[in-house]
Amino acid sequence: MSMNGMITYGYLIPLLPLIGFLINGLGRNFLSKKMVGLIGSGVMVLAFAMSLIIFKQVSEVGFKTEVLFLFDFIKTAGLDIPFALQFDQLSTLFLLVITGIGSLIHIYSTAYMHEESSAHYARYFSYLNLFVFFMLILVLGSSYVTMFIGWEGVGLSSYLLIGFWFTNNNYNNAAKKAFVMNRIGDLGFLLAIFWMLAQFGSITYAGVFAKATTVPVSVITGITLLMFVGAMGKSAQIPLYTWLPDAMAGPTPVSALIHAATMVTAGIYMIARSNVLYSMAPFTQNVVAIIGITTALLAATIALKQNDIKKVLAYSTVSQLGLMFLALGVGAYTAGVFHVMTHAFFKALLFLGAGSVIHAMHHEQDIYKMGGLKKKLPITHLTFLIGCMAISGIPPFAGFFSKDEILTAALGKHVVYYILGVITSLMTAFYMFRMYFLTFHGNFRGTDQQFNHVHESPVAMTFPLIILALLSVVGGWIGIPAVFMENAHRLSDFLSPVYAMSHLQTELHLSHATELALMAGVLLLILVSIFSAMRLFAKSDLAEEHSSPLGKILANKWYIDELYDLVIVRPINHISSFFARIIDIKVIDGMVNGVGKLIHFSARQIRLIQSGQVGSYVLIMVISIILFFIFQMFWKI
Amino acid sequence: MPINYYIFLSVCLFCIGIIGVLTRRNAIVIFMCIELMLNAVNLLLVAFSRMHHAAAQALDSASYAGAEAQIFVFFIMVVAAAEVTVGLAIIVMLYRNIHSVDINFLNRLKH
Repeated sequence: MSMNGMITYGYLIPLLPLIGFLINGLGRNFLSKKMVGLIGSGVMVLAFAMSLIIFKQVSEVGFKTEVLFLFDFIKTAGLDIPFALQFDQLSTLFLLVITGIGSLIHIYSTAYMHEESSAHYARYFSYLNLFVFFMLILVLGSSYVTMFIGWEGVGLSSYLLIGFWFTNNNYNNAAKKAFVMNRIGDLGFLLAIFWMLAQFGSITYAGVFAKATTVPVSVITGITLLMFVGAMGKSAQIPLYTWLPDAMAGPTPVSALIHAATMVTAGIYMIARSNVLYSMAPFTQNVVAIIGITTALLAATIALKQNDIKKVLAYSTVSQLGLMFLALGVGAYTAGVFHVMTHAFFKALLFLGAGSVIHAMHHEQDIYKMGGLKKKLPITHLTFLIGCMAISGIPPFAGFFSKDEILTAALGKHVVYYILGVITSLMTAFYMFRMYFLTFHGNFRGTDQQFNHVHESPVAMTFPLIILALLSVVGGWIGIPAVFMENAHRLSDFLSPVYAMSHLQTELHLSHATELALMAGVLLLILVSIFSAMRLFAKSDLAEEHSSPLGKILANKWYIDELYDLVIVRPINHISSFFARIIDIKVIDGMVNGVGKLIHFSARQIRLIQSGQVGSYVLIMVISIILFFIFQMFWKI
Repeated sequence: MPINYYIFLSVCLFCIGIIGVLTRRNAIVIFMCIELMLNAVNLLLVAFSRMHHAAAQALDSASYAGAEAQIFVFFIMVVAAAEVTVGLAIIVMLYRNIHSVDINFLNRLKH
């Protein structure tokens, strides 16, 4: 395999954030904030520039996947796991998203985090760089083990960043919840890795996919299901999604980068990467699709009634991730990856916009205490509106194309998927615009003091907003469906080599007229739901929402947290306390103390034999010898 | 004379020695009983030696096989004599210190 061009130096891309992490982490006590911000963002921009060059190389016609071998990770007889980076269409696409959006969010953070003391500021940037390092290892690795290293690493950085304000114990609990829930998923992934090693004897993508057809379908189904358990944890799907809304405890740029644009899409990446295996296991595909659409629906209903601006976005992220899994489940890998990309643009934009609002409102997150911010925050308002339109799927914004592609693919598989997907989209449009109108229209509902302090954010924050808004407008144009323009789906052509090995079923060919009619129908419904959101929430005299029973259930997130508490947490606590009180204290301690007591007791009894009387010693000796003789006589050896 | 008589005599002497050691309290008497046991063993040794030697000579008149134990007995006597001097010296020192040779007073190691 010939190495050429920039890919030879591809290892620098993950190395740069690692260097940034080390410098900022070690120098946190003496580097100035300016210096820290410069290093933290600088390494990201450099990595992004390198990614662009590599992307250009990868997108050339006739490019073949290149694996950059770095060192042997594990090498024993029969087990050879190299540490290598794989550059192909899928990994470079993710590379661009991670380093590109990562750079913007680093720049944004320099302003957003300016209130922190310089040591904490440096700690923040070092964690953020560490996260990017692990995320790059995750997508660039050429084997499942390398992916797993990154997988665990991003979990760690996510934990560190959610609990960044560690003096607040609720935030620590949120961090722990995220970590524990992710660990449950990680176990599935780990088992899948072991199984693959046992089955294929190799763990590199190339090695596994080459031998995939040699094993029975049941094995592939098992492996892919276990892998999907990992994806459930990382990408917040039912039943492991509850950590993501709590993860909003972290600083808002962290939510934008980790819990919207990159880390949570790791599960999508894993399945898209393993498309060869998934395409062989129809059962797993159905599971993925059903879990995906159920999560999408459930999260969307919860988002309808949330009042915390970040919670709405969090549930919206869970819902959108569900749609992506639906796409993967129906075999439309390109649509899933496409939505990852567009979602990264508009969800990062929305989170950063929300961050800008929160920043302006001095850490007020309740949308019922906002309102009428349109004039005070013109740039934030405009970019936020673009983000809302993009996520709602209004043409020509980015979300329209990717969501439409997913829905079309879902219709090709089963009409129920399509209908549920459309309902999810309608709810998405409704709750996004509910949030938009409550935040930016109507009258201000906070205190006068708050109102006077509201100000537009500095340029370091508005610049990323503008860039992301632009991307949210044009980002979808790389995947224009055939119904508008023939052969204009550039992303599909670009990614096709990645799916060359799996035999994708040919998608449903609707007539262009039907497709257009469906599209127009959905668009009309979306516009209706936006309009009804405007009628309800753009009023200047907004009454408190009267709570219907269903509304109360939704506001309390279907009581899923309470259910988990009842079914899992409390029984475990009870069992633990039982073990602590009975097994540990009575049995284990009893055994240990019992041994000591036994020795003590027997020593007190045996001590009496040592009387000091020589006669008695001799007597014992004689008796013993006689016994010994008798023993020897009757016991011939 | 059959070997049984010698064995019986020697077992009797040994048992008398043991009973003496176990029952008497006077250190000198105990000492004498120990000597008695020692000599019971010596007697047995000589008796067996004589028996083996006689058997070997019956086959080959020039053989000395089995006679070694009789020499060995002399060594035991020499060593026993040395032991007696040490033992008696200890008893004398004992008497000087506690003005008694009753071994029941000798339980100080316990404390």
